[in-house]
Amino acid sequence: MSPFSALLARDLRLTVREGGGVGLALGFFALVATLVPLGVGPDMVVLAKVGAGILWVGAALAALLSLDRLFQADYEDGSLDLIALSPLSLEGAAAAKMLAHWLATGLPLTLLSPLLSVFFDLPAPATAMLAASLLLGTPAVSAAGAIGASLTLSLRRGGLILPLIVLPLLTPAVIFGTGMVVEVQTGLATGALGFLAAFSLVTVLLSPFVAAMAVRLNLAG
Amino acid sequence: MFDWLFRYANPARFMGLSGALLPWLVAATVLTIGTGLYLGFSTPPDYQQGHTVLIMFVHVPAASMATIVYFSLAMASLFSLINRHILADVAARTAAPIGAVFTLLALATGSLWGKPMWGTWWEWDGRMTSTLVQFFLYLGYSALWNAIEDETRAARICAILALVGAVNIPIIKFSVDWWATLHQGESIVSGQVAPVFLAPLLTMMGGYFLLFLMLWLVRIRTMILERRARSLMVGVET
Amino acid sequence: MIASLTAEKLACTRGSRRLFEGLSFRVTAGQALALEGANGAGKTSLLRLVAGFLPQVSGRVFLTENGNEIAEPEGRGRFIGWLGHHDALKASFTVAEQLAFFGKLHGRTGDLPALLEQVGLTRQAALPCRYLSAGQRRRLALARLLLTARPLWLLDEPFAALDITGKALVAHLIALHCGQGGMVIAATHEPLGLNNETLRVGNESLNL
Repeated sequence: MSPFSALLARDLRLTVREGGGVGLALGFFALVATLVPLGVGPDMVVLAKVGAGILWVGAALAALLSLDRLFQADYEDGSLDLIALSPLSLEGAAAAKMLAHWLATGLPLTLLSPLLSVFFDLPAPATAMLAASLLLGTPAVSAAGAIGASLTLSLRRGGLILPLIVLPLLTPAVIFGTGMVVEVQTGLATGALGFLAAFSLVTVLLSPFVAAMAVRLNLAG
Repeated sequence: MFDWLFRYANPARFMGLSGALLPWLVAATVLTIGTGLYLGFSTPPDYQQGHTVLIMFVHVPAASMATIVYFSLAMASLFSLINRHILADVAARTAAPIGAVFTLLALATGSLWGKPMWGTWWEWDGRMTSTLVQFFLYLGYSALWNAIEDETRAARICAILALVGAVNIPIIKFSVDWWATLHQGESIVSGQVAPVFLAPLLTMMGGYFLLFLMLWLVRIRTMILERRARSLMVGVET
Repeated sequence: MIASLTAEKLACTRGSRRLFEGLSFRVTAGQALALEGANGAGKTSLLRLVAGFLPQVSGRVFLTENGNEIAEPEGRGRFIGWLGHHDALKASFTVAEQLAFFGKLHGRTGDLPALLEQVGLTRQAALPCRYLSAGQRRRLALARLLLTARPLWLLDEPFAALDITGKALVAHLIALHCGQGGMVIAATHEPLGLNNETLRVGNESLNL
């Protein structure tokens, strides 16, 4: 087992054992999907129009919930020092943590989205496209989130600041992700898929380097 | 490469130089903004917008400053990361609240202009929306600064955030514009500015930029003096 | 094979406080160095500086391997065994799991049961770390240090939280490591029990 997969496996195991990150995110996602119709009213025509946007925003918020502990837990108990001295580079470690976070939140949220689409009467093609856009876009959420988590790892109340600095960075993901669904609903080709793919790719590729830089600075603090 | 810059980056030398420069900068700012306002008020009312066009003279420069200040902040952050210079740290930190106020001014005047033109205080127009996101970027940056206790660490960490934001801003602007055209927001304003409005608009832009430089310089000087006072009280030389 | 660690004219500043400056020392294979100094004198900072966590404000730190100097922080890090203030243990992991993870992270497949026996944790192997006492946690951290098999040990208060047998164990492991040609730098208030060098850390004139 390589150092990378060792860290990945450990983080996944920790998520399962400590604090139920997966269940928490899914529960939050489902609650958003329940509360919005309660606020907006049960008009299915209206809900079908806003559904994709609500579910995208809900998924992004749900994925951010457990992010603040991504580096913080390892920073506080000294594990991050040992990881920094291990054969795994900090870039590799950040990538492993990002992937673990996505497997524990982005992927399950994507899988839950078709079920929640029912609440908004999304037709089958829109539902499928929403899931596809989440599959493509949630890695960017984990990646941008990892940057935020690395910047706030030394803060006791980092969880409060994290969404404030990460959500603006995620504007393009929400726009293009929802845009993919709008495309199916209106039948107009807009190229949303390409833009979302490009945004995700760039974010996922850059994030480990930025996060590693922030971790290094924080270990020096 | 930047040796010439860092000859003036020694805080003591900087204080001397900026102190001499400041009165001239204040005078230039007052003069330029005064001229801009005079030119603005002497323009004829626009055939479409009437006298509301005057709002554009305070709105458009504020909106461009929102981006220009962020760019300056990002540049200072880059120096802060590469050269680890205290002046760059202070410059980046002090630019943020100034930029946030310009952004807020752009949003407020845009809203005031929107009420007579669109009939609503807010319209999800592409430019207004990106300015709003820009405001949140400033907010996040300042929140992070205030949350990290150690000043040196805060400077470096926030510099990373500023650079990430700077890379993201064009992407955000692009995505928001794309989104605005997708939803066919009825845009009343065309991109064209009538020639009579160009002179006051450009003068106001210059004035705003000078105002930013002036405020920035004052804030940097204040912060350096604050640090000096603090280190005197602690009794340790920095 | 790492022959020596050299530090030349190191300085360290935390915030606006100068902890130490002009600090030079050298540790060669088989040697141990004890760092002494008051609380807050900068012992931990010096260890973190050697480990490459803290940036060097001035001076140089390098390892010598076959006549080559390794000065780059990440390069040095690959030779360092770290025992910090914190034990870096996860509450829900068992002792064996915890050790196995660090083994895999370091690409080392040591004899884990033998290691646990060496530090006296055989009976606790299947116990989640949340039930360990402070001393037992420290012993597990020592087992990890042995498992990673790095030539240069940086130990921050290695005797903390340990009982008499635990302290004897630490002294024994340090002696063993040096006997095998390893190097040890330990920040400690207690004698290492070795024929070791001692370095006083601190800038007394500034500690008001």
